[in-house]
Amino acid sequence: MSVHISTKEIKAKRVNYAYIGRRIGHDKPASRYQEAIYDVQPTTNFHYPPSWAKDRELYDVRNTSIVMKDWYTFTDPRQYYYSSYVIARAKQQEGMDNNFKMLEKHNMLSSLAVELKSSIKNILSPLRHVEYGANMNNQDICDRGYGSSITSLSSFNGFDRIAMSQYISRITLLIDENETEGLVKAKSDWLENPMWQELRHAMEDIFVLDDWFEIMVAQNVVMDGLIFPLIFDRYIKNLHSKGASGITLLTQFMAEWYGETIRWTNQLIKVTAAESEENKQLLSTWVTTWSTRIEEALEVYSVEALGEDGKQQLTEIKTELFTRLTKQGLDL
Amino acid sequence: MAKKLNMRKRYEVLTRGLGWEPTYQPKEKVFPQETYEGIKIVDWDKWEDPFRLTTDAYWKYQAEKDKKLYAVIDSFAQNNGHLNLSSASYVNALKIFIQGVSPLEYGAHRGYANLARQFSGEGAQLACQMQSIDELRHSQTQIHTLSHYNKHFTGLHDPFHMHDRVWYLSVPKSYFDDARSAGPFEFITSISFAFEYILTNLLFVPFMSGAAHNGDMATVTFGFSAQSDESRHMTLGLEIIKFLVEQHEDNLEIVQGWIDKHFWRAYRVLGLVSAMQDYMLPDSPMSWKEAWDIYFVDNCGALFKDLARYGLRMPKFHEQATDEAEHLSHQVYTALYQFSHAAAFHTEVPSKEKMDWLSEKYPNTFDKYYRPRWEMYAQMEKEGKRFFNMGLPQLCQVCQVPMSFTEVSKGEPMKLSQRVTEFNGDKYHTCSDGCKDIFDHEPEKYAHAWLPPHQIFQGNCGGAEIPDVLKYYHFNPEDGGDYKGSTDEATWKAAHGLDDQQTTPEKSA
Repeated sequence: MSVHISTKEIKAKRVNYAYIGRRIGHDKPASRYQEAIYDVQPTTNFHYPPSWAKDRELYDVRNTSIVMKDWYTFTDPRQYYYSSYVIARAKQQEGMDNNFKMLEKHNMLSSLAVELKSSIKNILSPLRHVEYGANMNNQDICDRGYGSSITSLSSFNGFDRIAMSQYISRITLLIDENETEGLVKAKSDWLENPMWQELRHAMEDIFVLDDWFEIMVAQNVVMDGLIFPLIFDRYIKNLHSKGASGITLLTQFMAEWYGETIRWTNQLIKVTAAESEENKQLLSTWVTTWSTRIEEALEVYSVEALGEDGKQQLTEIKTELFTRLTKQGLDL
Repeated sequence: MAKKLNMRKRYEVLTRGLGWEPTYQPKEKVFPQETYEGIKIVDWDKWEDPFRLTTDAYWKYQAEKDKKLYAVIDSFAQNNGHLNLSSASYVNALKIFIQGVSPLEYGAHRGYANLARQFSGEGAQLACQMQSIDELRHSQTQIHTLSHYNKHFTGLHDPFHMHDRVWYLSVPKSYFDDARSAGPFEFITSISFAFEYILTNLLFVPFMSGAAHNGDMATVTFGFSAQSDESRHMTLGLEIIKFLVEQHEDNLEIVQGWIDKHFWRAYRVLGLVSAMQDYMLPDSPMSWKEAWDIYFVDNCGALFKDLARYGLRMPKFHEQATDEAEHLSHQVYTALYQFSHAAAFHTEVPSKEKMDWLSEKYPNTFDKYYRPRWEMYAQMEKEGKRFFNMGLPQLCQVCQVPMSFTEVSKGEPMKLSQRVTEFNGDKYHTCSDGCKDIFDHEPEKYAHAWLPPHQIFQGNCGGAEIPDVLKYYHFNPEDGGDYKGSTDEATWKAAHGLDDQQTTPEKSA
């Protein structure tokens, strides 16, 4: 039996906002992502120059040497706006929380062999500071970048970094049964242990770059492109094979995150390089310079993490990164 | 068995100590904005986290809130919830909101990202980062909620384009640009304290209770959904003030100066809200004057009594703002009425019932000063001579509201208030002692302002004629003017099967 519900038809006058209509056609319904992202950032008629850069505007295309006719050429393949972002992360977080609970309940980390525990504390724990620095860089991009489609991703990305630094801290606490000595050691390693110094040096040099797009490349493409496959893929697998299987579950977020993140960084590099020869050259130069430097900075670390052939594996990772970026149109 | 970490300790170990003192680059290069305003931070570790929210908890709470909110938005659209409004003239309040307020939410998102990068203390850094992402949420949930209204009514179609260009929107835009272009500590004092802490209820209550009183359940929902974020933002506002003043004695005078300035700046922006609240809401939950008495005079009075032990006092010129409370909305709405041919919202002479309500709410001023003017306008309208001011208004160099405020504090409410400062051989006009004081402290900054009438005269806004300028604004001909006879009114009547004489549907039991 079918029921007919009588409704009054109300005809809309417009299909979407005019600013979306100019992008996708005035007769096409807009997605929530499109409404949230396109052309929301102010572009003109600023009242006062920023007190920290009086030759610039509050939002200024000159904050990078990359030139785009339209800064909204790039859109996020994941289509994240705030709501879809937090809902996706809340779901992942639920999984992570269960993993933590399970491992804690069965003492799966605190009962690990001493050398595995100390490896995790040497290799993984100091990365909480790397993630914090990566967050600073992404907040900087969100502040000085151009176009809400790019800058909102940096905001999400930065938030994820804080989350990852907190997961790493929780892993460290779990190993130490909630004593903080591992966290204290992680910080002193980051600040003083020679193994970390070249990376920290590179990080601090990235902090002071003028060009936000170079920060984007150095941090989100190159540094992540070397560290994440090295640690959250190869090192974790290594630990797993030595019996620390629980650690795979506790770093599941990071592994998934990296797979998800390269979808948008690939797309960003692709559309930016395709815009002009100048952009392509600039991006290629940044990738080359920073990957050389960060690869060197990670040499000792890679051996410490993966054993004798660590350096060779790092080179493989760099080659994979270059292959991927060459596919996006870079000249490497 | 592992020992338990309590919430406070857990938050501390998960956040504090993440940052570090750089050694390969000088600290002042890594955090270049932390010192030039003259604020002295001796020890960031003294920062008391105003809320202890780790990322996992944040995602969880926010996702739950958003799922509920979007369910309401979807059902509102599906059921054509806009038909349950008290009247389509209510939508004018939403037009002001999306044109004037939503872009500020976005600006706040970027501004707090700046602080999240520039503050070297992790506690403050993380609090600002959470506020940054919250503000992005607010701009987006507002866009999504009001999207349905845009499909049925005029004036909501291009808010971000308008915000960068339109004369009356330079009031909120210049306020925000003012705070954004200052250093990070002034920005946070302005937005977190002067705006979010002192004045936020004066913005929030009129819009959100206004929505509830006029049947706009979608806006009520995003308002309430934002409220728990706002309460975090307010505690940040209070914490930053206490922190700055406690860090170094030299900070007190600087911070007090910023509170003075941004209180007045934000108060002038709220002039638009007062007009919306008293005149544009068909059913207004409370008058501007009532809201001012509760949220400013009482609440902020009490707040500043508490803050006296830090050496802080009430913001300069607050007495004048209180004196003006019985005049503000009437003066601002009159200006909007006169220029509504160049606006993307409608105005109207208040109905008889509305005027009676205004008389009741403003016993000292409405019948004496403002009713006669509205009756005159009504008479002119009847004679087919609806008054539009066809010139361009002179704007205050600081707040950018048309110069139509009066000398209320001097007991001369019918005398226009004008102040002048000479700077570099030019005369700059301001609307009040408050705005003149701000100009005189930073004349080079305010001389730089992008004043819409000046820009129109200089040919920077599409052309010399009003239709050219309206085109530059992306206004459609049906967007402005009187509500009576507007497309919105026609749409409303058609949807409710009303004839020409009726304005609101019969209330069903």
